[in-house]
Amino acid sequence: MTVSTIGNPMTRVDGRAKVTGRARYAADFNQPGQLYAVIVSATVGLGRITGIQAAEVERMPGVVALITHRNAEKLAYLPHKAGIDPATGERLHVLQDDTVRFYGQPVALVVADTLDHAERAATALRVTYEARPPLVDPMDPKAESIVPDTRGRVSPDRARGDADKAVAGAPVTLDATYEMARENHNPMEPHATIAAWSGDRLTLWSKSQYLVNEQAEIAAVFGMPVENIEVICPFIGGAFGTSLRTWPHVTLAALAARQVGKPVKLVLTRKQMFFTTGHRPRTLQRVALGATNDGKLTGVVHEGTGETSRYEQFMEALTAVTDYLYSCPNVRTQYRLTELDTGTPNHMRGPGEASGIFALESAMDELSYKLGIDPIELRRRNEPEKDEAENKPFSSRSLMQCYALGAERFGWARRTPEPRSMRDGRLLIGMGAATATYPAFHAPANARVRLLADGTVEVEAAASDMGPGTYTSMTQVAAETLGLPPERIRFRLGRSSYPQTPSHGGSWTMASVGSAIQAACIEAQAQVSRLATADSASPLYNVAAGELEWSDGRLRRRGETTGISYREIVAKAGAPIEADGSAQRDPEVAERYSMHSFGAVFAEVAVDPDVGTIRVRRIVGAYGIGRVVNPLLARSQCTGGMIGGMGMALMERTVLDSRDGRPVNAHMADYLMPVNLDIPELDAHFVDEVDPHVNALGVKGLGEIALVGTAPAIANAVFHATGTRVRSLPIHIEDVLTA
Amino acid sequence: MVENRSESYVQGPVLSRREALLAGAGTVALAALPSQSTAATGSPAKEVSPMTLTMTVNGELHVLTIDPRQSILDVLRETLDLTGTKKGCNQGACGACTVLVDGKRIVSCLTLACMHDGARIETIEGLEKDGVLHPLQEAFVAHEGLQCGFCTPGQIMSGVGCIAEGHAGSTDEIRFWMSGNICRCGAYPGIVAAVADAAGRD
Amino acid sequence: MLPFTMEKPESAEAAIAAAAGGARYIAGGTTLVDLMREEVERPERLVDINALPLGGIRVEGDDLVIGALARMSEVAADRNVQRLQPLIAESLIEGASPQLRNMASMGGNMLQRVRCPYFRMLDAGCNKRTPGSGCAAIDGLNAGHAILGTSEHCVATHPSDVAVALVALDATMRVRGPEGERSFPIEELFRLPGDTPHLEHTLLPGELIVELRVPGGPYSRRARYLKVRDRASYEFALVSAAAALSVEGGVIREARLAVGGVGTRPWRLRDCEAALVGKRLERPAFEAAAHLATQGARPLQHNHFKVELLPRTIVRALEMAGEVA
Ligand SMILES: Cc1cc2nc3c(=O)[nH]c(=O)nc-3n(C[C@H](O)[C@H](O)[C@H](O)COP(=O)(O)OP(=O)(O)OC[C@H]3O[C@@H](n4cnc5c(N)ncnc54)[C@H](O)[C@@H]3O)c2cc1C
Ligand code: SF4
Ligand code: FES
Ligand code: FES
Repeated sequence: MTVSTIGNPMTRVDGRAKVTGRARYAADFNQPGQLYAVIVSATVGLGRITGIQAAEVERMPGVVALITHRNAEKLAYLPHKAGIDPATGERLHVLQDDTVRFYGQPVALVVADTLDHAERAATALRVTYEARPPLVDPMDPKAESIVPDTRGRVSPDRARGDADKAVAGAPVTLDATYEMARENHNPMEPHATIAAWSGDRLTLWSKSQYLVNEQAEIAAVFGMPVENIEVICPFIGGAFGTSLRTWPHVTLAALAARQVGKPVKLVLTRKQMFFTTGHRPRTLQRVALGATNDGKLTGVVHEGTGETSRYEQFMEALTAVTDYLYSCPNVRTQYRLTELDTGTPNHMRGPGEASGIFALESAMDELSYKLGIDPIELRRRNEPEKDEAENKPFSSRSLMQCYALGAERFGWARRTPEPRSMRDGRLLIGMGAATATYPAFHAPANARVRLLADGTVEVEAAASDMGPGTYTSMTQVAAETLGLPPERIRFRLGRSSYPQTPSHGGSWTMASVGSAIQAACIEAQAQVSRLATADSASPLYNVAAGELEWSDGRLRRRGETTGISYREIVAKAGAPIEADGSAQRDPEVAERYSMHSFGAVFAEVAVDPDVGTIRVRRIVGAYGIGRVVNPLLARSQCTGGMIGGMGMALMERTVLDSRDGRPVNAHMADYLMPVNLDIPELDAHFVDEVDPHVNALGVKGLGEIALVGTAPAIANAVFHATGTRVRSLPIHIEDVLTA
Repeated sequence: MVENRSESYVQGPVLSRREALLAGAGTVALAALPSQSTAATGSPAKEVSPMTLTMTVNGELHVLTIDPRQSILDVLRETLDLTGTKKGCNQGACGACTVLVDGKRIVSCLTLACMHDGARIETIEGLEKDGVLHPLQEAFVAHEGLQCGFCTPGQIMSGVGCIAEGHAGSTDEIRFWMSGNICRCGAYPGIVAAVADAAGRD
Repeated sequence: MLPFTMEKPESAEAAIAAAAGGARYIAGGTTLVDLMREEVERPERLVDINALPLGGIRVEGDDLVIGALARMSEVAADRNVQRLQPLIAESLIEGASPQLRNMASMGGNMLQRVRCPYFRMLDAGCNKRTPGSGCAAIDGLNAGHAILGTSEHCVATHPSDVAVALVALDATMRVRGPEGERSFPIEELFRLPGDTPHLEHTLLPGELIVELRVPGGPYSRRARYLKVRDRASYEFALVSAAAALSVEGGVIREARLAVGGVGTRPWRLRDCEAALVGKRLERPAFEAAAHLATQGARPLQHNHFKVELLPRTIVRALEMAGEVA
């Protein structure tokens, strides 16, 4: 019998470590003799440091070092750009000069023997500034938008046909602007780095979604060989994108550890999590739609503007979905940036797509009311046969199946189309739907497999697991490929010395690392079969490769039952059998197909007509994501994404004080995210989808699409409930009060 | 109406020690605080006198010499190296640091250790007995009550408290009484199922 | 956090003597420790009052008497509280989180400090924290701030939920100080900011809250607390209302009404109460009364919506109270 683990709802292999507190996150790697570092953050939004009263603080109890731009070593900051870094601009060089570029920028670091001493001294440090008013509001008349310099990555302007003319001349038109608030990732685990030097070798226990890049970047910052750095991060307490880049605190920890000659632990405060570690940029978008009376789109214009810092151009795929989502001969999309005096934004779960689709899917919903056509029917009438922007077929696209399945499970047929037409007692009930989509990315990745004499297998890759269950799903891939029970596999990740993988983001870990592990396993099998068939004492001596089959940890001739076990072959070989594997997408296939996941999200809300409270009652999502490796994990990714989407729709907003750019609600109690009582019935379904093109595993990725369509589905439901169209997220009580 | 007898009783500090000199016209003096040197107030250079106390953590008695400023959370994590308990906010606003003190669930980040001499503390590390998981730990794995796992120790300790309080009678009740623990990954459905399951087995 | 010394007296006298000498009481610590860590609070001496016999909940005649050290969770779960003053229990469980309610004392709750974000930021002007430094909220972000009882020096709302219920119910407070004991209506504990926003309450130096006393009334059972907020739990109120009604034959005989999230202190609405008396238990009467609540309201740039939300919250709370069987 062949052990089939892919597709099994296996519980997490690291579950026990996580429920016992044994799973160790960056800040849990206390080192003997470690000191504590605390960052002092700028209290002005723009300007120059004029004074630092260092002496007083240096004398304070327990203080070992006070590091500022005046005494910090000059760091090499060699050129370094990973795919995750903005193509244009240069990262913040921390403590290298007296310039303050944004509120909260690190201006000093206190190192002390205890955390209390370090915190006390950091608070006591007096820094004076020459301050100028920063520009942090994209709506400020002084704010200018620029055409991003994409360095060839994606074009900020795309067009087919003449969209503006088509919209202007259409029988039915819609032209509206949408806004989405700045958000912070706010994973439960704050950023943390423990740095320890041993001679010229540096170990970083550091929260990272991209270990090999953290290693390479710190090497570039310090001008040292990459091999001299090891980054260790076996567990990540959520990240959602914030740990894709290597932020200044990592450099600071390493710098401090070198200066004081001891291991240094540096953990950001929750407040500092709002300063230098990226955020989802606030976006302003305009969508104009033109349609025939029977709902065929004739023109689509989507103009989106995001925010970025003054020193780097952060870009995301804000308008990308509009290029391929619906069939329309005339489409124009445009992406701009506003440079502000803030830290550089970065990718946050469903980057670009999640914000862009809020605008597009709200507009489609608005259009459906104008036309008097059911919103799902409207999407059906505009379902394309191919990616019209790229003029390529989709490798697979199950959007209509998703709508059909979702509508059935949700009970869409019970919805009465009129806004404010549904009630439950005094509450206004609304139902809304929206499309979700996200590219099925893939990046080159590597993995190593080691078959041991005791019959177990070690698998290694420098990958990460911020929560989706990489440990488990990769174990399943290895088990399935090797024909072994999963208990025999030990998958290790979270070390930069393991084979290189791409960043743990963009929903490509399963596809990329999974494919690499599969390749490594196949390579290991090839080695095993070579050994088994070359050995004259082996029962498989001289059997042709094509006649061999693998199952239950044994290699045998097809149709026969005995064969020989891995264990015996490895034992005989006298040393573990090690194989490296790598995988990347066949460029030719990538050229031929447009590859995306699709889904349909349905939400029901109840709005209190008196006090305006909005509560989500149900969310149903149906997704076409190719092969589902582990339905238990996949469903939990989806419901987690829906909850993230609820936050985006109804709660999350980082508010800046435009006078000095400070985030005013940089506090866990003031930046609202859903709590348990907010959570309604959540239901995720997967349509059967076989995509032979995306990768050998046939998986498309799930982490991002799980969030992408939720916010517009909720916003559309709020309109259906209240008759008030709210075009800015989050939708708060006051937005529907006058409904 | 309100008596005004305590003009002289000033609550809290009257001086801030950080200063921001804002230059240039047009700048709103958001932070124009009176200039005050660090040394002038609150004697910042003052040494702390450590305190000695005992604490029973997961059944083990510890005699500790601590800085009175240390929270139970920091004592657990930094002094005892019991890093299972997590610091998510240090502001009482997330629940990641939940432990049981004398049988009650509390947030350990806002609890000064020096106020709990002689206390009995239970943390995530103490739930497993002789290699056997606590039913709630088992249920968290079985019901996918976790993703990244960072909120999990707090959720589980809170769940133990919730069940002991008799607040796990229905899923609605569990949702209400488990709302002091934020899970950014959104593992809530599994968390509720796990607490309900373990409460049912109790 | 600044260094401090900690003492744990066993007698009230010793505690009071220490506090009169400049020490600060600490009970659950959920306000104080939080703000000490930010160095907004900087006591040099702390008096841990948890060894004092100030706990417990008892019934005396029609009165409910709650010890200052009784924990929020304990009070909310108490049978007598639920039976005699359900409004107190409801306002308590709508506040904070289960863990915080296990820690937080009733006395500490009365003296919890404002949640204005600028108050906690040492680098922002705040008259409450640093008299004379200005108020960053007035021209800053003030969606969460007060519309009633504000001054040009401070516009922060009082954050407590249960204080709103206590003020509605005419609860009193017994305190003990160096010069003996006194009792007074809890409403009188809270000061308006005026030009001295750093003075929040009317306790004299060293005064220790001993207990809270809630008199029973014919309206006590027909009482509800409605807390309006964007998140279903673990969030302070945008607007809240405590409503208690005594009804005979469909006519309101007595009403008690106080609101939170809108005032610089828990805000009793006596005009609204008066307008309800003698009216039928119907929505038009609620609306007419609720209308009076915003008289004198002074909204700021970002909290105009509270002027709209406040009367709606009151109407809904009155309806909910009216529906109590
Ligand atoms: C994240 C978070 C969310 C919260 N949400 C809510 C909410 O929704 N609703 C709500 O109402 N509250 C909420 N709170 C506030 C919480 O209820 C208060 O912090 C708590 O009630 C304070 O009580 P304590 O015993 O911990 O006070 P402590 O912190 O010990 O003391 C507070 C103050 O009272 C003084 N004091 C304490 N006891 C006495 C006494 N007997 N006599 C004289 N002075 C005394 C102290 O000196 C100090 O000044 C929240 C708090 C946090 C951290
Ligand atoms: S509203 Fe009051 S507490 Fe807030 S900044 Fe102004 S003075 Fe300070
Ligand atoms: S760390 Fe204690 S509540 Fe967040
Ligand atoms: S599992 Fe990640 S925060 Fe809860």
